[in-house]
Amino acid sequence: MTRQPDRGALLSVDDLVVQYRRPGAPPTRAVAGVSLEVRAGEVVGLVGESGCGKSTLARAVCGLTPSEEGSISFDGTPVRPLGVRRRDPALTSIQMVFQDPYGSLNPRRRVGAQIADGIRTAAGRGEDVDGATPEDLLTRVGLPADAATRYAQEFSGGQRQRIAIARALAARPRLLVADEPISALDASAQLHVARLMRSLAVESGAGLLFISHDLSVVRLIADRIAVMYLGQIVETGITAEVWDNPRHPYTQALLAAIPQPDGAGLLPAELPGDIPDPAAPPSGCRFHPRCPRAFDGCDREVPLLSDDGVACRLYPAAA
Amino acid sequence: MTTTETPEEAGGGTAAADSGIAAADSGTAANEGGIAATGGGTAEKGAAVLEISGLTLDLPAEDGTKRILHGVDLTLRPGRIHGLAGESGSGKTMTGFAVLGLLPPGARTTGRIAFEGTDLLTLPPRQLGALRGRAVSMMFQDPSTSLHPMLTIGRQLTDHLRHHLKLDRKAARARAAELLGQVRIPNPLEALGRYPHQFSGGMRQRIAIAIALACEPKVLIADEPTTALDVTVQAGVLRLLRGLCDDLGLAVLLVTHDLGVMSAIADEVSVMRHGRVVETGPRGRVLTEPHHEYTRTLLDALPGRSTV
Repeated sequence: MTRQPDRGALLSVDDLVVQYRRPGAPPTRAVAGVSLEVRAGEVVGLVGESGCGKSTLARAVCGLTPSEEGSISFDGTPVRPLGVRRRDPALTSIQMVFQDPYGSLNPRRRVGAQIADGIRTAAGRGEDVDGATPEDLLTRVGLPADAATRYAQEFSGGQRQRIAIARALAARPRLLVADEPISALDASAQLHVARLMRSLAVESGAGLLFISHDLSVVRLIADRIAVMYLGQIVETGITAEVWDNPRHPYTQALLAAIPQPDGAGLLPAELPGDIPDPAAPPSGCRFHPRCPRAFDGCDREVPLLSDDGVACRLYPAAA
Repeated sequence: MTTTETPEEAGGGTAAADSGIAAADSGTAANEGGIAATGGGTAEKGAAVLEISGLTLDLPAEDGTKRILHGVDLTLRPGRIHGLAGESGSGKTMTGFAVLGLLPPGARTTGRIAFEGTDLLTLPPRQLGALRGRAVSMMFQDPSTSLHPMLTIGRQLTDHLRHHLKLDRKAARARAAELLGQVRIPNPLEALGRYPHQFSGGMRQRIAIAIALACEPKVLIADEPTTALDVTVQAGVLRLLRGLCDDLGLAVLLVTHDLGVMSAIADEVSVMRHGRVVETGPRGRVLTEPHHEYTRTLLDALPGRSTV
């Protein structure tokens, strides 16, 4: 699965393995050999069912979870796990927006003070932050400037997520990693916040790794999409191409399961079975037990992600 | 679990409620036959099992009270799924809670929620409690918080059955296993001894459905039942809900913001905005030729609007 690393990539993840250890059980490979790149100004959508390792990958990219094998580099600097020491200032240009805006903001500090932390981080890296104020950032994410004097719990979920985004942006990130940033929000707020994240990231020339299980939102904001199943990327490509012509049977199943609001009363196609236990993944292709198109050998041969971005034996590597 | 403070005085309310119980009891008996009878006849509109008319709701606010619902009308019929759509804060969840009397303290309601002729809004707490979970039941968005993490699935299913239906331990267990089979949990007997964390999200939501259906309710309020699930798992749960509704003649109020979900399984759709129902009609008509401007806006705002 090792491919030539892209020189222009801002974030480059190469054959990454992340394991969780539990007492009295074999380690669980939550991420089992993933290669992924994010370029500056690019939005990459990472999709997959819950439990497929998306969040673990995001945490590893930010150094929140140590990796077992493989490498993660950000702008040429290896990303090392966070420790007790102060983080390498170069790495503070990776910022993360978490899923739960109820847990990610400090309830006892004013919103403005939390955003000011981000501005200080950018200044500590030697960025010119002249004139940057929490009020400006709040305005950019569509909140009133006086929100800076209030506390997180005075806001709704959607507003809190905007605050979390403002705080991440305050640190002038060059890579923004967003782990399910919209799933805790109401439907009406989801699309707004997703679009806001895209426009703010693209405007500032930063890369955005946007993780979500909501395919319809990813479709609207991502330039490239990567589909993850049980710790591995099974398909990747330009969003519109993957959407119009999904090749991997898993991608096909995911897209077919989205109910359409056409009023026709059609039940979406069901993908039978549950995602298997990542501690004991199926042999061969990890998707074969649920795959409607599995054929002889899928339970033995491990398909690799091809250069044109699909890991499935239905598509033999083009000569 | 708080109950609604109704404007009626206690004295007058009791008399009305007494007659209400009688009505509810005879209703239950009549409907036992009704469930079997409605099995096939889902196509035609049956008589209303739950009728909400002119429902208003005021909640206490900093400056006096705030009106949350401004006269909501909704009708649920056996074997039919009625979808309730709308943005957050439109009052769709509160409408569902009002049916069960699960409103916040200090809530004041007017109007009528008639369940088989009994007005649930004026029913005293005890009698409402007897109906809740038995005749009218509810399932929530997040199965990981609506199930008790430290009790086995079997315990959570049988408590309910023993309390409401006064089944003995053995009968309750048999019924619980049957219910788990009905929602297609593999190995129901073995599953009874397991805890919620030992199941996946989709399986937990199936278990929540089994609990909601345990006492053969006539009405199920499903509040965003698939919002927390992956699309692949959602498909299975939607199929299950539709099937149960058809087979058991259940009347379902499906509260969801997802018009795709609505389109897949609802028969009728109502759209709420600012505490009012702005449009009601058959699913196909509302989603393809909306009459109200707001419904059109909602449809246009959809991420998955354009066809795949």
